Amino acid sequence: MAKVPAETHTKVPESPWSPQAAEAAMVRVTPVDAVGLEERAASLGTRSIKRESKLFALDLAVRCADLTTLEGADTPGKVTAVCSKAVRPDPTDSTIPSVAAVCVYPALVPVAAERLRGTGVKVASVAGGFPSGLAPLDERLDEIRQAVRWGADEIDIVLNRSAFLSGRYHQAFEEITRSKEACGTAHLKVILEIGELGSYDQVRKASMLAMAAGADFIKTSTGKIASSATHAGALCMMEAARDFHRQTGRAVGVKVAGGIRKAKEAWIYLVILHETLGPDWLTPDRFRFGASTLLNDLLMQIRKEREGRYQGPDYFTVD
Amino acid sequence: MPAERGRLSVRKTYKLYIGGDFPRSESGRSYPAVDGDGEVVARVARASRKDLREAVRAARSAFPGWSGKTPYNRGQVLYRVAELMEGRRAQFVEEVRRAGATDPEGGVDAAIDRWVWYAGWADKIHHILGTVNPVAAPYFNFTIPEPTGVVGIVAPPDAPLLGLVSRMAPAVISGNCAVVLASERWPLPAVTLAEVLATSDVPGGVVNILTGLTAELVPWLAGHMDVNAIDVTGVPEDQRPEVERLAAENVKRLVRAEDGETDWLGDRAQSPYTVTSFMEMKTVWHPMGA
Repeated sequence: MAKVPAETHTKVPESPWSPQAAEAAMVRVTPVDAVGLEERAASLGTRSIKRESKLFALDLAVRCADLTTLEGADTPGKVTAVCSKAVRPDPTDSTIPSVAAVCVYPALVPVAAERLRGTGVKVASVAGGFPSGLAPLDERLDEIRQAVRWGADEIDIVLNRSAFLSGRYHQAFEEITRSKEACGTAHLKVILEIGELGSYDQVRKASMLAMAAGADFIKTSTGKIASSATHAGALCMMEAARDFHRQTGRAVGVKVAGGIRKAKEAWIYLVILHETLGPDWLTPDRFRFGASTLLNDLLMQIRKEREGRYQGPDYFTVD
Repeated sequence: MPAERGRLSVRKTYKLYIGGDFPRSESGRSYPAVDGDGEVVARVARASRKDLREAVRAARSAFPGWSGKTPYNRGQVLYRVAELMEGRRAQFVEEVRRAGATDPEGGVDAAIDRWVWYAGWADKIHHILGTVNPVAAPYFNFTIPEPTGVVGIVAPPDAPLLGLVSRMAPAVISGNCAVVLASERWPLPAVTLAEVLATSDVPGGVVNILTGLTAELVPWLAGHMDVNAIDVTGVPEDQRPEVERLAAENVKRLVRAEDGETDWLGDRAQSPYTVTSFMEMKTVWHPMGA
């Protein structure tokens, strides 16, 4: 393994857990009551949201959105269009806030950074061998450093599920720590890909591992496999974040991504978030939606609430 | 021991027909459908605006598949509906009779015949109305009728089956998908028609039938931005200005049966031009070469 150049090492935030302690601790992470978890997620999903709260939730959901385009066919033109939409989601309505960030592949970071300079919208980049995370570690770290150099404010990496699932927790932990170093000042989001973890116990373990290793955010899914974010999975991660916060005092954000297409889905996640982590997490600094098609539905619902008529997709910008 | 061994009647509460399924109204509401003598025949679901929204969504997602079928195929599918209506003829007759019709048999037969008649138009309308236009330039110039999209149909209140078929069949044969508000006073024939459609080969979502209070639902249908046309034949006269104003927002095609066309047994009640009122004419210029 090639030595990482010394100058790229930056200070890792103080973690009260050493890697070895973390590995040992993994064994002791409390198991999850799967039936109770799903029950609670389902019951939170039935909350009825009244009109004012709905408008607040829709507005918050827009502000928390990471507008994402992760296609092999992404072009600078498409990224530019996505950036324009991120800054001004509804061209006919200036009261709609900008989204939190635009999420792209590293090669398109320069385009997004150029277009978003001075707008307050962050540039997020997937990196670290997305979506499998199985490229050689040096290449993954280089990819992260390159994306940050090109102007990424946030880096979305994937958990090494291969290491995690075969019990090599220390390796998975180390890789996240090294990735955090490579990020420098950029925020690090760690994608757990909960659809591949197999059980809520594993989700909780992976959440704890990623948070202890220095993740600023833990994220549900890549959006690249059929099974993505679920209410129960997100609740499990939020409970882990809540417990981690109680134990260590460090606040870690949660990002739900993959398969969220409807505004109604979005505000169910916000209800779960509020009930689990409280109002301090109702901010784009601590909560995000990975969204592409979701944004238009949010806009349609906002306009429906304001104008009192059901909307059609013909009157919103095409992604 | 009871003196007589009578049967308890099976009390019915009918449901909506949305996207090929029969859901209850999300609101949980229903209302009694009474016959001409004021006796409750059954209860039917009282759709809410959210049910209407779901119906429009179902119609929109069914549209690419339905409009993409060949006209011949659509004709076959709709002809099969007429066959199934024929099988339920007695039930339709009974329901129409209890709705106070003077000649229920004649009305039901006319409705089935009308369905067959429109099914036959499915693969002919393009040939009759499509044209090759003479132009003074080296181009082929075609005009082709295409379906409008999602069509809202407010069924005529007085003729619960024949009036409904007369307005709905011409809309769907060309490839439109319909959201139908059944007659508020006499909803049962429309409910039975939904059961016919559900067991036919018509894909779910092509026709969605809502029972409920017309005055409550019509503004939401007329105002819906994803509805492309609305047939206001069954809208009460005093509500029409409001409906037209709401429909103007996204320039919906506004269709209504003219006076002569609402004599449902008359000659003018069925016409290929009723089909075209739910179609858009597209003109294409194609270079001819040297």
